[in-house]
Amino acid sequence: MNKKKRFDWYGVIRVTASILISLVIAAIIIFAVADDPATALHKFLLGPFSTKRNFFNVIETMIPLVFCGLAINVMHKSGLFSMVADSSFYFAGVVAASLAIACPMPNIAHQLVILAAATAVGGVIGVIPVLIKKKTGANELVISLMMNYIFFNFGYWLIRNCFLDASNGSFSINFAPTASLGKLLKGTNTHFGLFIMAAAVIFMWILMDKSKFGRALQITGANENFARYAGIRIGGVVLGSQLIGGMLAGLGGGVEMIGMYKKFQWITAQTYVWDGILINLLAGTKPLMIPVSAFFISYIRIGALVMSRGGDVDSEIVSIIQGIMIMLIASERFLYRLKKNKEEKEALQNQAAEAVEA
Amino acid sequence: MNFLTNLDFWFTTLRCTTPVLFATMAALIASRSGMLNLGLEGAMTIAALCGVLGSGFTGSLLAGALCGLLAGTAFTMLLAYFVQHLKANRVVSGVALNLAASGGSVFCLYSITGDKNASNSLASAAFPAFEIPVLKEIPGIGDIISGHNCLTYVAFIVTILIFIVLNKTAFGIHIRAVGESEEAARSVGINVEKTRYQAMLLSGLLASLGGMYLSMGYINRFTAGMVAGRGYIALATNAMAAGNALMGMVSSILYGFGSGISIYLQNNNVDPYLITMIPYVSIIVFYVLFSFYYKVKQQGEDSLS
Repeated sequence: MNKKKRFDWYGVIRVTASILISLVIAAIIIFAVADDPATALHKFLLGPFSTKRNFFNVIETMIPLVFCGLAINVMHKSGLFSMVADSSFYFAGVVAASLAIACPMPNIAHQLVILAAATAVGGVIGVIPVLIKKKTGANELVISLMMNYIFFNFGYWLIRNCFLDASNGSFSINFAPTASLGKLLKGTNTHFGLFIMAAAVIFMWILMDKSKFGRALQITGANENFARYAGIRIGGVVLGSQLIGGMLAGLGGGVEMIGMYKKFQWITAQTYVWDGILINLLAGTKPLMIPVSAFFISYIRIGALVMSRGGDVDSEIVSIIQGIMIMLIASERFLYRLKKNKEEKEALQNQAAEAVEA
Repeated sequence: MNFLTNLDFWFTTLRCTTPVLFATMAALIASRSGMLNLGLEGAMTIAALCGVLGSGFTGSLLAGALCGLLAGTAFTMLLAYFVQHLKANRVVSGVALNLAASGGSVFCLYSITGDKNASNSLASAAFPAFEIPVLKEIPGIGDIISGHNCLTYVAFIVTILIFIVLNKTAFGIHIRAVGESEEAARSVGINVEKTRYQAMLLSGLLASLGGMYLSMGYINRFTAGMVAGRGYIALATNAMAAGNALMGMVSSILYGFGSGISIYLQNNNVDPYLITMIPYVSIIVFYVLFSFYYKVKQQGEDSLS
């Protein structure tokens, strides 16, 4: 029998086709809406490479996207569709900002404490929906969506109540100067959080692909009954996945807050976690591919921003592109015929091979 | 606590209940047929936008209403097609369409009116409010019930209609059969796919009405993010309803109550962000309590059988 491990061409083809189709649809929309579609399209596709600042904007936006992508990856692998990572991310940012303003500490210690607190808060928030589900049977998606609204409003109220900058009215007062992650390159805002992000990716790769926990999680998400009969402690595995996911989102929020900002500026809800769903799908739910898909999403986001500065095409076109991509990838029947034909051909070949051997 | 005796407060409660009641009924009829309609948020947003665009450009309320209904229903049927025919994961596709709708509505708004936040430049129509001739004379109850927007009355009538349809008509029984056991329904000759599409069609119509109420009811403009999660709240109220349309009405009124409290507090100088939390907190609390109650009841029934 042919035991060679085959590269998953089918998955790659589907993802590429989804990306191409959605970009074509985006191009059609741009042609319909823009006064100068060729320039708009050019700005969209090549905008991020036009200046050094634009390109490093892509890298900077990629950092929280990777954290959120990893968080969604581990949380949804359990089979539970909890979106509480949004609350974890935002509220961890709130906690990070509060510590940055209120608890001055020597350099390095301050950042470590802030990030540790952000991670812990994110983890605690992350397990709430699953605990409620265990005790009462309530659906974790609904609980997490309600929590998102609650934590956003509560978090922003905390900042307004305790740290508001009276002259500005919306933002907080400045962070202590030690609460920052430095600058890697002059002329950009890229910060040391990039290395923390890389460490997180490697850690999650080892956890999900190489460790016993990752294997148990994968089995639990695929078929809970099978996992139970195989002796896996489902409760612990699921809880662990939500805790780790929440911690990742919390760390992402903390890193983003002290890496990119000098004061609290999140007056609207942040959407990184929702992009995380698409990043996870594009990466084929593999942790090592998440930075790649996060880079892609960040690229088209910045491209759309550059295009929207021209005036006539709004940057929200990215949401439409993302929606189409998710729909196509999530549809099992999309390009299904390809897979079916290939499998039928293989089955016939195997049959012929066995007939020859016999 | 004197707001409980204030008639205006109860009037406001019913006013806030309306969009969530429409959305709950939309969620109810879809979930009874086995299709979890997670695209309610997006359908409401799209219907709210298209209703405003339609009536703003043609100057007619009817044209706007038709536009809104068409848009929201088409959106829901798109979701139904992806889930039924292309076998997409229903949660992921619902969430994806909602994201596309919320971003896409801002995109359309900006492209057409040049304003990213609200459709102030469009003179869009609004559904009229009615006074009920005899009831409005009754002191107390009259002030609460009479004078609402016509869509509010439609919402409550629709709730009762859905209760009757699901329990007493053949169509309703087909929907319930398909929702309870697909194979059993197929074996008696019910066309499962067609029934589900019909249920989603109704769901889309109801969600569109809910969305249009927001932008063409008391306020006649579209604002970005105006649906504010009501499509998701409807999932909670639907879960509390447990398939019963009248219970759905009760859970929606609970939401309206929480919303009314938050509006009342707005006039009392409490920070707006703190107030915005109140309906969501109340829904989570009620939802968790109801779920716990159903779980205990289920365990009791299981232990008896």
